[in-house]
Amino acid sequence: MRLLIIEDDRESADYLVKAFREAGHVADHAADGEIGLALAETGDYDVMIVDRMLPKRDGLSVIGTLREKGNRTPALILSALGQVDDRVKGLRAGGDDYLPKPYSFTELLARVEVLSRRGSGPAEESSYRVGDLELDRLSRRVVRGAEKIDLQPREFRLLEYLMKHAGQVVTRTMLLENVWDYHFDPQTNVIDVHISRLRSKIDKGHDKPLLHTIRGAGYMIRDGLR
Amino acid sequence: MTAFGKLIRTTAFRLTLVYLLLFVLFALTLVGYFAWNTRRLVTEQISETVVSETNELIERFESNGLRGLVTAVENRALRPGSNLYLVATPAGQGVAGNVGSLEPGVLDRSGWAETSYRRLEETDVAEHRALVRVTQLSGGFRLLVGRDLEERRRVFGVVAAAAQWSFLVVIVLGLGGGVLVARRVLTRIDAMTGTTQRIMAGDLSERLPIGRSGDELDRLAGNLNAMLERIEALMRGLQEVSDNIAHDLKTPLTRMRNRAEEALAKSGNEADYRAALERTIDESDALIRTFNALLMIARAESGQARGDMSDFDAADVAHGIHELYEPLAEDDGLTLSVEAISAPLHGNRELISQALANLVENAIKYGKPPADRAASEAQGTDIVIRSELEGDTVLLGVADHGPGIPAEDRARAVERFVRLEASRTLPGSGLGLSLASAVATLHGGGLRLSDNHPGLRATLVLPRRGAEQKIA
Repeated sequence: MRLLIIEDDRESADYLVKAFREAGHVADHAADGEIGLALAETGDYDVMIVDRMLPKRDGLSVIGTLREKGNRTPALILSALGQVDDRVKGLRAGGDDYLPKPYSFTELLARVEVLSRRGSGPAEESSYRVGDLELDRLSRRVVRGAEKIDLQPREFRLLEYLMKHAGQVVTRTMLLENVWDYHFDPQTNVIDVHISRLRSKIDKGHDKPLLHTIRGAGYMIRDGLR
Repeated sequence: MTAFGKLIRTTAFRLTLVYLLLFVLFALTLVGYFAWNTRRLVTEQISETVVSETNELIERFESNGLRGLVTAVENRALRPGSNLYLVATPAGQGVAGNVGSLEPGVLDRSGWAETSYRRLEETDVAEHRALVRVTQLSGGFRLLVGRDLEERRRVFGVVAAAAQWSFLVVIVLGLGGGVLVARRVLTRIDAMTGTTQRIMAGDLSERLPIGRSGDELDRLAGNLNAMLERIEALMRGLQEVSDNIAHDLKTPLTRMRNRAEEALAKSGNEADYRAALERTIDESDALIRTFNALLMIARAESGQARGDMSDFDAADVAHGIHELYEPLAEDDGLTLSVEAISAPLHGNRELISQALANLVENAIKYGKPPADRAASEAQGTDIVIRSELEGDTVLLGVADHGPGIPAEDRARAVERFVRLEASRTLPGSGLGLSLASAVATLHGGGLRLSDNHPGLRATLVLPRRGAEQKIA
């Protein structure tokens, strides 16, 4: 995956470039909005990570200009402001995701991977399959092996999101944002409880678990063999 | 600036000057009109007399001839204070009358004229002026009848003198009044300025003096005092917050630092380092959450989050939060239910959801029924999320059957970082209720804590959509 990081703070930028490289990705760095815009227009990137406040041209303007020119490279906005209305502003300007500072790298990596998939991967499928677990989005049926599983509507959406991003780490905040559409940070482990309920429905009684907890990051659904 | 300079720079004094000028102009116009009208009236009276006398004399001339006219003129001319009469030959020679001299040429034109004249018997040299009428008689004789204009001049003089004096009085009184009013206002403004300077120097407890009259200055002083009250309260709040931040943020920071130090000094293997680092990350995450909550409260309190408002139903928020927290409550051995009645709201849905989530989290954390009571009373559900419509207000809240908060502690519970004795041992930032309260205030409402008999009922009291102004 090729990434463009537009960030003026040298140290954070270096850290990000190095961390993404270690995760097996290629990352270019631009130190201000003008260079960032120029690179984004010429290079072929899968995802760009844009700081909100940049010298010469702010992050939202960079994204807005690219969108006007028809460039649809997925953009994740990083911001120290991190409030509800600020996030909305960022998404309205053409950003695809928003992460307030300070962030954890695992969270950023998980989101960037999801974004890159969105940019290139196939459009919404009508059914997902992971191992012997199958989810049909049209009939809203979930089957594991030969056994039909009954899910509450929200559990269905939770599983749907996890399966859509099968093989990718999905963080708790991503789940809260995409499944429940809340953007605040609960002080309690609400999501874990929902996951453990879902897990008891899909993994209980099977010797090969599909829903995995990734320590320090979030969750992932995948066929254990892969 | 000298005292006088300051005085004439006051608004009151300047207004007085403008007013005075207007008044003088007005008076001038009035007096002028009066004088002109008086003059016209007097002139009219004079000419009427002249016309009627001329007519009488012409009648006499027509019936009795020149001789009759001369006799009549002589008679009339002898009366004291008489009018002016002159009968002249075609050559301009006086035949009868009391006129000694006239301006040349007056007799040559018939009709009205104003002229200076001298009476026959008069010895003084002073010129008099008169309004005269010359009539041509048959045979080339001319008759002049006139009346002195002294009367008109005198009336005019009286008016002019009166006007002069009254202008003087008006100007003196006006200026004096202006100075008085300006000084009165200036004294009070100076007092206010003095107080505000002391306040600016740092004494926020100082208040402006308020008179008894309730005039505009008193109202201004009252408003300024209210403003000072608010500033003082905000400053106090800021002071408290910084004290609390110092305590509640420094404590975990210190803990974090100690742990890192300990790990450096004692740990020998990788597992120990890993454990220490993981705990450090957890602690820093908690700190970030506290920071975010503080920022959010600050933004809500300063009204900055007013953007992104939309129309929605409180019942949907209640159902949404119920759905999110129901499994968590069940895991904690509590039942969470929802009784939602549709109630229209206009506001920031995200913030209101978060406020309600905080109330639910509090209820789950602190609202467990005491062990002894839970067994004896079958309460049904432990925690209820409710949305109701009450007149123009929407009530969106959470009721539990926990230990509740004593009435005297409720106001304090909402304050930032305040963690009541009962909750100190449980994890939490002490910001949940503050945030809920700030969100409610932002929407023009408030957070109400009340007794649930037993337990706590925490309710966001919000204005119903369309009634925002009435409550706010």
